[in-house]
Amino acid sequence: MRKNLNVIAAYSIMMSLIILVGIFQSWNIALSIFNLCLISAVMTMGANIQWGYAGLINFGIMGYTALGGLAAVLISVDPVQEAWSAGGFDILMSLWLIIAMVLIIRFILKRFNKSKIRTYSIAVIIISGILLIRFLAEPGIEAIEAVNPAKTGFLGGFGLPIIFSWIVGAFFAGGLAFIIGKVALGLRADYLAIATLLISEIVIAIIKHEDWLTRGVKNVIGLKRPAPYEVDLQSTDWFINLVEKFNSGKLELISNLSDRQAALNQLVIEGSSIFVKLCYSGLFLTVVIILLIITQKALYSPWGRMMRAIRDNEEAANAMGKNVVKQHLLIFILGSAIVGIAGAMLVTQDGLFTPGSYRPMRYTFLIWVMVIVGGSGNNFGAILGGFAVWFLWIEAAPIALFLINFFTAGMSETHALKLHLIESVPYFRFLMMGLGLLLIMRYRPKGILPEKIEIK
Amino acid sequence: MDFLNALILLLNYIFIPALTYGSQLALGAIFVTLIYGILRFANFATGDMMSFGTMVTILFTWYFQSLGISLGVLPTALLAIPFGIFFMIFYMLSIDKFVFKYYRTNKSPPVQLAMVSIGVMFVTQAVVRIIIGPSDQRFFDGEKFIIKAREFKEITGLNEGLALKSTQVITVLVTIVLVSLLFWFLNKTKTGKSMKAYSDNEDLALLSGIDPKKIVMITWIIAGILATIGGALYGLDKSFKPFTYFNNMLPIFAAAIVGGIGNPFGAFLGGYVIAFSEIFLTYAYKKFFMYMLPESMEPESLIQLLSTDYKFAVSFSILVIVLLYRPSGIFKGKVL
Repeated sequence: MRKNLNVIAAYSIMMSLIILVGIFQSWNIALSIFNLCLISAVMTMGANIQWGYAGLINFGIMGYTALGGLAAVLISVDPVQEAWSAGGFDILMSLWLIIAMVLIIRFILKRFNKSKIRTYSIAVIIISGILLIRFLAEPGIEAIEAVNPAKTGFLGGFGLPIIFSWIVGAFFAGGLAFIIGKVALGLRADYLAIATLLISEIVIAIIKHEDWLTRGVKNVIGLKRPAPYEVDLQSTDWFINLVEKFNSGKLELISNLSDRQAALNQLVIEGSSIFVKLCYSGLFLTVVIILLIITQKALYSPWGRMMRAIRDNEEAANAMGKNVVKQHLLIFILGSAIVGIAGAMLVTQDGLFTPGSYRPMRYTFLIWVMVIVGGSGNNFGAILGGFAVWFLWIEAAPIALFLINFFTAGMSETHALKLHLIESVPYFRFLMMGLGLLLIMRYRPKGILPEKIEIK
Repeated sequence: MDFLNALILLLNYIFIPALTYGSQLALGAIFVTLIYGILRFANFATGDMMSFGTMVTILFTWYFQSLGISLGVLPTALLAIPFGIFFMIFYMLSIDKFVFKYYRTNKSPPVQLAMVSIGVMFVTQAVVRIIIGPSDQRFFDGEKFIIKAREFKEITGLNEGLALKSTQVITVLVTIVLVSLLFWFLNKTKTGKSMKAYSDNEDLALLSGIDPKKIVMITWIIAGILATIGGALYGLDKSFKPFTYFNNMLPIFAAAIVGGIGNPFGAFLGGYVIAFSEIFLTYAYKKFFMYMLPESMEPESLIQLLSTDYKFAVSFSILVIVLLYRPSGIFKGKVL
């Protein structure tokens, strides 16, 4: 118990901060911060597995997040029958072509020895394959995008409950990680960082511009929810009774009957949105706890020990007969799959998929700040980092506003500098993140909760 | 005649824009490669440092414009660039002193320095946005075109017009001058040679009496010059927006790695490789073939290999291919 004191202290400070937001701002804001903190925590756990356990830099987090989001769309949206009949055949043909291409290339790679002819013939197959697919798929894509473009214009999905997408998102992201890992894992650390960053940009470009699959920048809105809708709740009896019971003290103070009814209605509307957010919190918390148990078990298992050995000394681990390449690939896939889950969760919570919103600042570098600040190699640290950094990211603007008002108190209200500073309040969050990262890197390079290895 | 038309078409839409864009990338790529070769880390703050230098240049340009100082047909920004460089170097040297120096003296692994540069990226981005705001800024003045498309058509009697913007000419000329000066400095002067020696083998360089502090300072000074000029030229030619500059970091990295990281000449050429391939692969060749082929064979589709949406993706794919087949880059940089 004693040795976990700092963990408990850090988490209670974090939770009390969120509760303070609930008391002073509103419970709605506090809960939405909490939910996004949980999603960030899942992302940091994924990044932490790669960086903290195995020392792999993955700057492609944005790409996996977007793929998870894509999974949410493809699973939950109802299929668009017209689009399927218009261009489904062409798309399926192209899909078969891609599979055939991959199989042929695999066959060539296995069958023939490395030579110039082999390289060139593979290049020719890839280029001609791409041209052929473009030629074949173009009419299909055009037909699909022409189907009711204002509302659909894409193939749609499978119409399943969106919860399934959390698993599918993991598979999508893991599949992408398998390809990237095969390509890039041999690179040295900082090259791997750059390569993954660029590949994630390619993924985003594809998601943004392949309208037949994702609707692109037209966004997919109104996704199904795993939680009840506010409107339905507001007309459900048991919910109204629940709200009444909770606020009975407050309501009894109002003597006028119609006033009381109006107050109750207001409370029900507020309560419904809090209730929905609580449903999400419950779901997300379950995911975080399950992942935490699994990752903690993995960390202290023989496999975790092996990963740390590989991280700390690759050559030595290799000499002991550990397959470094295979383990790196495995952990790369596992970490990315977890990030994919987070991506699907994020889209589930928002109820919409906006490919244009995936930016490296928010979805790659911010997550890295979380991992570094929280403590790489320590799952509790990574989760705490997700909480603390996201909390600061959201609350940076109010804090900055307070500070600006405090330091410019002597100036008149219309002073140009003061107005300019107040106008640029949203950008102080970047400043805080950067300074926070630099200070942590300098004075506590292992993070708030450093890695702690217990030998049992 | 048709042949000439087709040639002008390619010149106008592919060659000149790619040359300009390539020059801008090349300056950034040399900046990345110098930092990588001598300070030994991948600087993720590249794009934002460039935007900082450009921001100072813009502020001075506005100041000069308000004073009524101008260069006539040339953009006033050219006058402001030296001031931008001055502030940029000051900014970089202070960042080095307060941030990077600690890790360098502790001999931290390059990864840690790269992480620290992310912190610098956040801070610089915040500073730029707080001072000048996140929106588009134009600071170009003076004569916009050297040759206008319509005038060109009237003079030559061709169907295709050739438009030559003054910023394009300025970009290419400044790049040529700057890069030749830089290569002269690196290859011919004593300081430049000691920089190369330091980049090749740090310990050996220290043994032969090279002062690392001086090398690091000169590297940052050169980096400041390159970053400011590269950024200002890009801003003059297109427009200044902090987010675009952050994004430009990616093709710049691609150019530096394709050219062979740590090798300034490779980075210079890498910039053009990236720019030309981006524009070559995403250009719609329909008009070109209309001129070149007889009427009966005229193409119906756009004859575009990839849609322009995938502009960035092209350079990144090139990078991936290069990393796979020649990890040290086309022009042999440091071996990974």
